Amino acid sequence: MPGFELDQSNAPIYEALETFRNMRVVPFDVPGHKRGRGNPELTRFLGQQCVGIDVNSMKPLDNLCHPISVIHEAEDLAADAFGAEHAFLMVGGTTSAVQSMVLAVCKQGDEIILPRNVHRSVINALVLCGAIPVYVNPDVDKRIGISLGMQREKVRKAIEEHPNAVAVFVNNPTYYGVCSDLRAIVDMAHEAGMLCLADEAHGTHFYFGENLPVSAMAAGADMSSVSMHKSGGSLTQSSFLLAGPNVNEGYIRQIINLTQTTSASYLLMSSLDISRRNLALRGKRIFEQVCEMANYAREEINQIGGYYAFGKELINGDSVFDFDPTKLSVHTLDLGLAGIEVYDILRDDYDIQIEFGDLGNILAYLSIGDRVQDLERLVSALAEIRRLFKKDPTGMLSQEYIEPDVVLSPQNAFYSKKVSLPLEQTLGRICAEFVMCYPPGIPVLAPGEKVTDEILQYIGYAKEKGCSMTGPTDPHINNLNVVI
Amino acid sequence: MDLWFSEMHTPDVKLSLRVDKQLYSQKSDYQSIDVLETPEFGRVLVLDGNIMLTERDEFIYDEMITHVPMAVHPKIENVLVIGIGDGGVVKELTRYDQIQSIDLVEMDEMVAEACRQYLPENASKLDDKRVHINYGNALKYIRKFENKYDLIIVDSNDPFGPSEGLFTKEFYGNCYKALKEDGIMVNQQGSPFYQEDAVAMQRSHKRIASTFPICRVYQAHIPTYAAGYWLFGFASKKYHPVDDVDSKRWASLNLKTRYYTSRLHVGAFYLPAFLEEMLEEVE
Repeated sequence: MPGFELDQSNAPIYEALETFRNMRVVPFDVPGHKRGRGNPELTRFLGQQCVGIDVNSMKPLDNLCHPISVIHEAEDLAADAFGAEHAFLMVGGTTSAVQSMVLAVCKQGDEIILPRNVHRSVINALVLCGAIPVYVNPDVDKRIGISLGMQREKVRKAIEEHPNAVAVFVNNPTYYGVCSDLRAIVDMAHEAGMLCLADEAHGTHFYFGENLPVSAMAAGADMSSVSMHKSGGSLTQSSFLLAGPNVNEGYIRQIINLTQTTSASYLLMSSLDISRRNLALRGKRIFEQVCEMANYAREEINQIGGYYAFGKELINGDSVFDFDPTKLSVHTLDLGLAGIEVYDILRDDYDIQIEFGDLGNILAYLSIGDRVQDLERLVSALAEIRRLFKKDPTGMLSQEYIEPDVVLSPQNAFYSKKVSLPLEQTLGRICAEFVMCYPPGIPVLAPGEKVTDEILQYIGYAKEKGCSMTGPTDPHINNLNVVI
Repeated sequence: MDLWFSEMHTPDVKLSLRVDKQLYSQKSDYQSIDVLETPEFGRVLVLDGNIMLTERDEFIYDEMITHVPMAVHPKIENVLVIGIGDGGVVKELTRYDQIQSIDLVEMDEMVAEACRQYLPENASKLDDKRVHINYGNALKYIRKFENKYDLIIVDSNDPFGPSEGLFTKEFYGNCYKALKEDGIMVNQQGSPFYQEDAVAMQRSHKRIASTFPICRVYQAHIPTYAAGYWLFGFASKKYHPVDDVDSKRWASLNLKTRYYTSRLHVGAFYLPAFLEEMLEEVE
């Protein structure tokens, strides 16, 4: 890993907040709880330390909408740490980073090339800006039934067929830890005069660990959304948007300000600052330990029998160009159990909460805060679930990738006149809303896509197995809005 | 100098012992370990600020956790002990000639070392040729075995520290699997008196009751533990702890004890009403 240009032991927002606290400034500004005094119950719950720095933007603490002092310095430090030209602190989750990234490059009618297994936030951005998705079908692993990365040849073909597209969008990695050949895709995009955008919601650690897949900035991508709050240890909802040299910093800031709050939380911003410092100073060792723990857990789980905890053996040079070893995903279908069933049993019977379960797999998220003794619990619980719940796997569906049939742009479909119909009557109609299991939040149906028999079967099965389905206006997903 | 050690039993209740000398104080990878010399209780092993055992009252714990299952199951040969302490439990077990093998699993080797050095009286029995010591995580150790042990003794810390994993459903389930078809698991089950302890006790009882067909609780008076009132769990695949106790067989072994008696064995399973209610709530 290259050295840093700036002194990464600094944390300017954190330091400014500490100074501010010591000055005991009398608050005649918002927030109205006034360092917690006005809301003693909240203060008891969250602690004085926490509510005491829940303050408003002011000169000594800078302003996220127009950073000129400590936030600006914190962004420079983050850019240096991540090897980016510029970094933006984000307080609306990685969703806001992804949307700003898309809104910064696409406008009404522009085409954008992307894999279909993107997070909903990407297609949401297309609803907002009216861009047209050009989907590259991801490769699928038949055995474990997960969507993989994009094959180079398919990306090349999409670029050739859509020479006017403005950008290529890449997951780096997918939720399961699968990486496409990002360097090659960046080169193809740039040669065609397109930008390359990366969703690194699950890839913060790529910037700091060793022997991990290449990060978007190192691969030459133009923008990336990084969920610092996932593997990086900052507070939920805090993120970074990173930018390379080919994009205009001031314009991105304007785009961010279209939708971002003007009262950014200093709890979130200081957590980004402190976490960035931690990763820059200690990330290498931290992620080495996380990788060791994940590898150990994979070995132990694979010894139980029936489970398949997959890892780097999936690498095939193309659609699995690289694999993120910190992701602990386990295929459960051979035991006759859907991933979502194992997910529910782990929580209900064993008090173990994992990240998600889908039809064929579970994913346990390992990070900076995990301990080996907790992994032993997870492995032992999986051994017990096998002993107590194993059944005949005949008739179990796996998570097959369903190729979308895009009829209208997401924006056109979302804003068109629509009617709510019972699910079984929607066959052949054009869907006007999203349907997805959350997590992982990858749409089964997006606005503008045709409802097929295969999709209806999938929705029925996923509901039956206990997946939390979200998206439609009908919370029970008995009805679906379709375009009239 | 007036030197006192205090253990907080709740945020509002503490037990204090006068200390003559602090003999040992180290931090291991898992916990802080202290050995104190006290006038009333002799040497005291303290882990993370909690008293684990004292020379004066540990016989109560060691006897109750071993002789109860030994008097019930007629043919215990293979035993697993989780948690080494000072070797007091192993010492009681080695008094039975019928036992052929005692496997010991201890997470923290530094505890064993500290005890060998400062509480050597019981530790000598750890060198008995039937005893096999394994250092490592008990959850990991046990999930590899099936149908192996007649008796598993879980001599753990309290459930709020590094021993948390030994109070879980996955641990009890793996113990069930590692036991033979007539096997017994005995565990220390904490105290039912103070609120936080009581909730933890109920949680572990619920988990054991959902794993083993027979699951009873018995009690003992141990002065240095919270409220001086301690519980053990008796979980079994076949034998009932009171209906199947064979006092004659046990008496014929002529083991001299200071706390355990055959009459106390039965009496220990008669519980106060409030405790019966708490247990029934989760059964």
